[in-house]
Amino acid sequence: MTPLLAATTFDVPGNVVFAVLAVFMVVAAIRVVTTRNIVHAALWLVVVLGGNAIVYLILQAEFVAMTQLLVYIGAIIVLFLFGIMLTRAPLGTSDDLDNNQRWLGAIVGVLLLLVIGFAVTRTWGDDRLDFAAYDLPVADETAGAVVELGGSGNGRTQALANSIFSDYLIPFEVVSVLLTGALIGAIVLARRD
Amino acid sequence: MTSLLGLELAYWQSTLIRVLAGLVAVLLLTGGVVYLYLFKFVSFMQSRLGPMEAGPYGSLQLLAEVGKWLQKEDIHTEDSDRLIFGLAPAVVLSSTFLMFVVIPAGPDLVIANLGTGIYYVLAVSALSVLGILMAGWASANKYALMGALRAGGQLIAYELPMVLAVLGVVIMAGSLNLQDIVQAQATGEIFGISAIGNPFILTQFVAFAVFMIAVQAELTQTPFDMPIAESELVAGYQVEYSGIRFLVYFISEFATAVAFAAVASTLFLGGWALPASWGLSDGVMNVVGPILVATKAVLLVGVVFWTRFSFPRFREDQLQRLAWKVLIPIALANILLTAVFKVAF
Repeated sequence: MTPLLAATTFDVPGNVVFAVLAVFMVVAAIRVVTTRNIVHAALWLVVVLGGNAIVYLILQAEFVAMTQLLVYIGAIIVLFLFGIMLTRAPLGTSDDLDNNQRWLGAIVGVLLLLVIGFAVTRTWGDDRLDFAAYDLPVADETAGAVVELGGSGNGRTQALANSIFSDYLIPFEVVSVLLTGALIGAIVLARRD
Repeated sequence: MTSLLGLELAYWQSTLIRVLAGLVAVLLLTGGVVYLYLFKFVSFMQSRLGPMEAGPYGSLQLLAEVGKWLQKEDIHTEDSDRLIFGLAPAVVLSSTFLMFVVIPAGPDLVIANLGTGIYYVLAVSALSVLGILMAGWASANKYALMGALRAGGQLIAYELPMVLAVLGVVIMAGSLNLQDIVQAQATGEIFGISAIGNPFILTQFVAFAVFMIAVQAELTQTPFDMPIAESELVAGYQVEYSGIRFLVYFISEFATAVAFAAVASTLFLGGWALPASWGLSDGVMNVVGPILVATKAVLLVGVVFWTRFSFPRFREDQLQRLAWKVLIPIALANILLTAVFKVAF
């Protein structure tokens, strides 16, 4: 067995970044549930989700990383903060943020980690990501000679778009219907008349 | 290894040069815009001269202002959350500066040529809401909180028409990359005429109008300045800030205006490029390009400030209605039409 660092496919800078990032994300994730200030909890969540975006960048999934920033930090966390501030915005600590289900929560967390970890290693195991495949110049057939996409890094985004709108078209559409349903439900619940 | 003027540069050297050149360009443009529009343009509109004492025609006034802010006391309220209060301006400022990373100023003049270019710009510009909400909450002031809530609602509402307007351009260019979008405009043609390329303001004028209105709202400039409405909320989320922290908000307000204007000029006015049919080489464009894109950006900032100084403030419900009932449907219709035309021609 070759040492991990000497293996040709092992990306040293990427893994160093991931190790440092993982420490930050784990600390931040623990602070989300242990902090006694609800706004601080939301802001620690920003660190976790931002770290997530950087993980996607390390995996060279640029489009997914930007979506993570735009949707999770730019919209969902903002909605959390907006909701907290609209109802009550306590400065300082509040004591009613905890309950007596800590151990239950910890057990569920560990179980979830095991299930996901098992599923991921079982499915992909020793597979290696082939980053170079998408770095080759991609000829854009629809635009013809107008646009030369070579080297601009759109290849990965195109591959993602192709898989969403071909292999995963039905899940994608089902999610759209689900979200529309949730939206209509929210409007019905919020209407007073 | 990148080469510059025949010199071979290591990665860290070229990165350092890019970052420093980018910072200088951003701060010079921002300072120029403040002097040109905030000090002089508005003064002439109101039949007065504006600052005249510091330097010729008051051109050094901004430096004097910066000096004044730097030596002011950095005050915070007693109940404020010191850490979040201090971090908020930094979040807003980094969101602004990160936007400049992908804006190209020439064939080789771009800090990072990301594949997801315009999508990245929209993503990092959305982060400023976070800083504004942090500021409003941590100030421990009801005016600041109200301002932050207004800003949150407004910025989220106007992000949608902005993204949807940009989609029209992306469909036309067939790429998210800003260099590709510039190239598509330079090499494009309108009904077979390639003399001026295809600046998307001509073929995507609806998207341009929606984008500029959304920019006005994202910048919280009048008529969309409810978050800092001075007659209702004192100064909104900025009310407790003084000294250097206020200076940071001031810089980021105007730098964001420059950033959005540069993005708009890249998306709709052809960016740094001249039409490809004019046959200018990359070497020439590396010199002319920055001047072109900076001029276009400054002119567009002028449009933003012209609007700011001409119109009264909207009411909150009018603002939300404009976003959800007018701009978003128009932008969606524009996407549909663009897609149909793209397939048909």
